[in-house]
Amino acid sequence: MADSTLYKYVLSLGDDALVSAQRLAQWTYKAPFLEEDIALSNISLDLFGRANLYLEYAAELKGGNTTADHLAFKRNERQFTNLLICEHPNGNFADTNVRNLFLDTFHKLFLEKLVESKDKQLAAIAEKARKENSYHFRHSSSWVIRLGDGTKESNSKVQTALNNLWMFTGELFEMNKVDLEMSSQKIGVDREALKPQWKSIITDVLTEATLNIPEDVFMTSGGRDGIHTEHLGHLLSDMQYLQRAYPNAAW
Amino acid sequence: MSTTQETTFQGKIDKGLKIEPRDWMPDKYRTHLIRQISQHAHSEVIGMQPEGNWITRAPSLRAKMVLIAKVQDEAGHGLYLYSACETLGITRDELISQLHTGKAKYSNIFNYPTLTWADIGAIGWLVDGAAIVNQQSLRGTSYGPYSRAMIRICKEESFHQRQGYEIMSKMANGTPEQQEMAQDALDRWWWPSLMMFGPHDLDSAHTSNAMNWKIKRETNDELRQLFVDRSVKQADLIGLKIPDPDLKWNQETRHYEFGEIDWDEFWKVINGDGFCNKERLNNHTTAHTKGQWVREAALAYAEKRNNGVNHE
Ligand SMILES: [Fe+2]
Ligand SMILES: [Fe+2]
Repeated sequence: MADSTLYKYVLSLGDDALVSAQRLAQWTYKAPFLEEDIALSNISLDLFGRANLYLEYAAELKGGNTTADHLAFKRNERQFTNLLICEHPNGNFADTNVRNLFLDTFHKLFLEKLVESKDKQLAAIAEKARKENSYHFRHSSSWVIRLGDGTKESNSKVQTALNNLWMFTGELFEMNKVDLEMSSQKIGVDREALKPQWKSIITDVLTEATLNIPEDVFMTSGGRDGIHTEHLGHLLSDMQYLQRAYPNAAW
Repeated sequence: MSTTQETTFQGKIDKGLKIEPRDWMPDKYRTHLIRQISQHAHSEVIGMQPEGNWITRAPSLRAKMVLIAKVQDEAGHGLYLYSACETLGITRDELISQLHTGKAKYSNIFNYPTLTWADIGAIGWLVDGAAIVNQQSLRGTSYGPYSRAMIRICKEESFHQRQGYEIMSKMANGTPEQQEMAQDALDRWWWPSLMMFGPHDLDSAHTSNAMNWKIKRETNDELRQLFVDRSVKQADLIGLKIPDPDLKWNQETRHYEFGEIDWDEFWKVINGDGFCNKERLNNHTTAHTKGQWVREAALAYAEKRNNGVNHE
């Protein structure tokens, strides 16, 4: 039986959370100071929790013996449908916070809509995620402001990060077939419609940070179709190692 | 010999009262505490590395969340302890630089590598288990801020211990490969865990003062015995074998007798020649150095705000 559209939709949201969480987990013990170690792992933990909820729901929709762990650990690069920005390497502290700012701002708007979903389970996940996301947004936006308006060095690092990551922001607002169908059924969110507000929040943060909005550039995309940057394969081979090496073991 | 201040100080301790940051205390009491609390804080922080080594590879979503939460707790313990230490008149920066120069130590146990997932089980079960024994005893320590930090920390440590034991027990009852990993992890972590309690009391430079001042409440050997008695039973329960041919139950003392620890190995690792000493310290120094520009930026931003130079 072909996978349902709802399954694909939920899975893609789960993949976004999972891949972002796995990236942030790589900061453990490498943050600029101990409080930040705690903050970044906190966010990572929230995102794993969110991924778990989406993937459990996706597994239920898929049926059979599928579990959330199965979806996380037994699919390959082409089957992952996360947005490319989620898999982008951590880089330095500015790169990570800019990536988080783009995503947290998006989720701020996206989750506000998803809580109104006609699908009760999605609405419930969104409700929980929305509260956590407001903390994530406060964290990333306050760091971008601090770094932007900190020293010359920090300003230049965060501006570089903005310029480098800008090309991944177009994909946030793309509507593929799955999005269109889900949105027309009032289950999913019209991503495209969130763009003006997203841009305006980002503009406010960057203005306060004394940073420049990057010029519009070529926007890359492909994640939803399983076309990824080369970084994802490495992230997955690390994450899936034990499940793949000992397929009969339970942990 | 002793001054009035010293008599009052010792009197308080003998009565079981706590010494607080503003109270007079002998210099040696202060230095002893700074050494001990900072070593304890650094251990929490360096201990994030061997476990952090497995976060990205943890084999289930639940395992990942449990491990991240644990490592996060350890960072929190580091913070409480740095704060407790700062009440003695030293800054966190100074403490960190003492770690980097090698003047301050951290627990030897973290100089061993985590090679398989079972090592994460073994650390929770044995290393957190040993830490609990130590820390439970330290809840009654005479220095107020240290004692209060220990009370907070102990609550979280018992979760860590149970979660580690759960990993071990799953693996010990799992596939043959998992069982082998579990036994191998116990074989490698058992003796270093016993070493966590420090040298025999007779050979420990710091024991006698620390006991009189009630910084320490029980001796190294007493605490080690408590740990052995607990852990042997737990190993039996999941069918793992403690790697000690001399281990036996003594019906009269109601304790397990165990073999002699390899003290040469202990001193070798303490003095820097352990498997991961260089790497652990390098990782910490590198993260700290790489974070310099961020800390500077945060400071510059805060200063601009304080001076009223803002853009609104
Ligand atoms: Fe701890
Ligand atoms: Fe712990």
